[in-house]
Amino acid sequence: MQFRNRQDFWAGVMFIAIGGAFAFFSTNYELGTPARMGPGYFPMMLGILLAILGVIISWQSFAKTSEKTEIAPTGWREILLILASVAVFGFTLPSLGMVVAVTLMILISSVAAYDFVWKETLISVVVLLILSYLVFVKGLELQFPVWPKFLTA
Amino acid sequence: MEIFEHLALGFSTALSFDNIFYCFVGVLLGTLIGVLPGLGPLATIAMLLPITYKMSDPTTALIMLAGIYYGAQYGGSTTAILVNLPGETSAVVTTLDGYQMARRGRPGPALAIAAIGSFFAGTVATMLIAAAAPPLSEVAFKFGPAEYFSLMVMGLIAAVVLAHGSVVKALGMVIFGLLLGMIGTDVNSGVARFSFDIPELTDGLDFTAVAMGIFGFGEIISNLEQRENREIFARKVGKLMPSWDEFKRSMAPIVRGTMLGSFLGILPGGGAVLSSFTSYAVEKKLSKTPEKFGTGMIEGVAGPESANNAGAQASFIPMLTLGIPTNAVMALMIAGMMIHNIQPGPQVMTSNPDLFWGLIVSMWIGNLMLVVLNLPLIGIWIRLLTVPYRVLYPAIVLFCCVGVYSVNNNVFDVFMTIPFAILGYLFRKFACEPAPLLLGLVLGQLMEEYLRRAMTISRGDWSIFVTRPLSLTLLVIAAVLLVIVFMPAIAKKRKEAFAEEES
Repeated sequence: MQFRNRQDFWAGVMFIAIGGAFAFFSTNYELGTPARMGPGYFPMMLGILLAILGVIISWQSFAKTSEKTEIAPTGWREILLILASVAVFGFTLPSLGMVVAVTLMILISSVAAYDFVWKETLISVVVLLILSYLVFVKGLELQFPVWPKFLTA
Repeated sequence: MEIFEHLALGFSTALSFDNIFYCFVGVLLGTLIGVLPGLGPLATIAMLLPITYKMSDPTTALIMLAGIYYGAQYGGSTTAILVNLPGETSAVVTTLDGYQMARRGRPGPALAIAAIGSFFAGTVATMLIAAAAPPLSEVAFKFGPAEYFSLMVMGLIAAVVLAHGSVVKALGMVIFGLLLGMIGTDVNSGVARFSFDIPELTDGLDFTAVAMGIFGFGEIISNLEQRENREIFARKVGKLMPSWDEFKRSMAPIVRGTMLGSFLGILPGGGAVLSSFTSYAVEKKLSKTPEKFGTGMIEGVAGPESANNAGAQASFIPMLTLGIPTNAVMALMIAGMMIHNIQPGPQVMTSNPDLFWGLIVSMWIGNLMLVVLNLPLIGIWIRLLTVPYRVLYPAIVLFCCVGVYSVNNNVFDVFMTIPFAILGYLFRKFACEPAPLLLGLVLGQLMEEYLRRAMTISRGDWSIFVTRPLSLTLLVIAAVLLVIVFMPAIAKKRKEAFAEEES
């Protein structure tokens, strides 16, 4: 037995975890009978099915015939910066308004590029701020503050 | 002829000022994102879905969203031919011969043939939808809950079998999607399932947040890791007109590609990508000089480009007539209908005939616009290609976030994209195709509902699914598909066919 198809192995593990979790939490809800299915019935069924599939996928990844694969290294820098920019946008938008939220988001997300250029990013910020104002605020009339609340209040 | 009455209604709807305008916006955006590698129709439609909520008429919304999808097929070929990068997955094969044509000084004819082929295919596929839809939904009216459940099983399995990548993993993704669809209030008992006392989750997961996280952000992160470099080969396209010889050689592949695409597009999991690959393989097989493929054969551009457009449009047939999404984009279209309180299914044609026929006719009008947009304006699209990804992606992140926020005017949905972005990133690392998950997510609640109703009717007897002939037929098709795909000989062939796609 050899640890051959790492991608499949971990995909299987992921499915087992997800299927298991759904099946486990389904026990909180009434299962019912096939004729009168409760809210827990279908998710329980699917959860078990998914976990079984996960076992099969992981199991097959050890087979001699399975293709040898590796998991590509994780790009922590890209993940963290992009997700941080999204989170910052979410945290700042309701209180500090669009201008602050958009500026921070563009600045943080831009740094994730390996060929990041400061000057270009600042131009991007200005252009996107103007565009956001015209499209989202004037055009689509979306509901969010433009400026920080403490300035306008 | 009834079909002419239908089409007349379609024209009167599609030709209203609003609808023409948004059709134009759709195909323009579609071309734009098709040209740009790294931004696909899926993420774009997900981004714009919330905005269509603001539109008063669902027909207009769907016309625009549809335009994005088939417009992207046109735009994708431009990038494939000029930069040797597929702007769209369906344009992967176009890079093989299209780029070689550009290198040999014939980028213009390659682009022209791609556009002409696409237009021809679009026209034929539009007619096909108009002709095939009424009988199909006629059949669907005979469906009870058991048949619907079996139809969904069949549709999901076929989608998995025909899509590329591992079948077992794709099945897992479908089930994962179905499970995600369970989150929220159960319609029968009123119990909030898997919401963990988070009030926002009792309404269920927001579809756009999931799609945006997995396809939008997940993809951006992957793209950033890859550090792509693009080189534009032909900055000046020059003469567009193909020579008479090139034109003659393209005609048969265009017709064949159109037929192939129309057929494969109807199948679940089909659509644009599968169609273009199959068409390329067919043209290579039929050619007297197969060894010349890959060196700039116009047949290798004409066939697949027609096929992908026909396939893109034909995939609307099951969505419109049965309410079954055959690919992830159609899943989003269904979500678009649901936003406007239209229950997708065979009744759409009778309950919303203007939407149905208006959408179909708008596709033809949209195709006409695309020829105009693509050929004379090609210079603009080339200039767009010079915008580097590092400038582009922060704007995409911004549009995604604002799009998700605007669904409920709530930042909760923005935060929800983060776990799904991480999931989407993991899916890529583990080589799990994420599209089937969306199909599952859209169908989850419906499938459960049909299962429950069928089982109530049969008083808990599972045999209802095999004793009703229509339901049995559908399940047998699903079983046969699964058996075929796991037979060793076929499995090998399938792997080879899709290996070409990845290289």
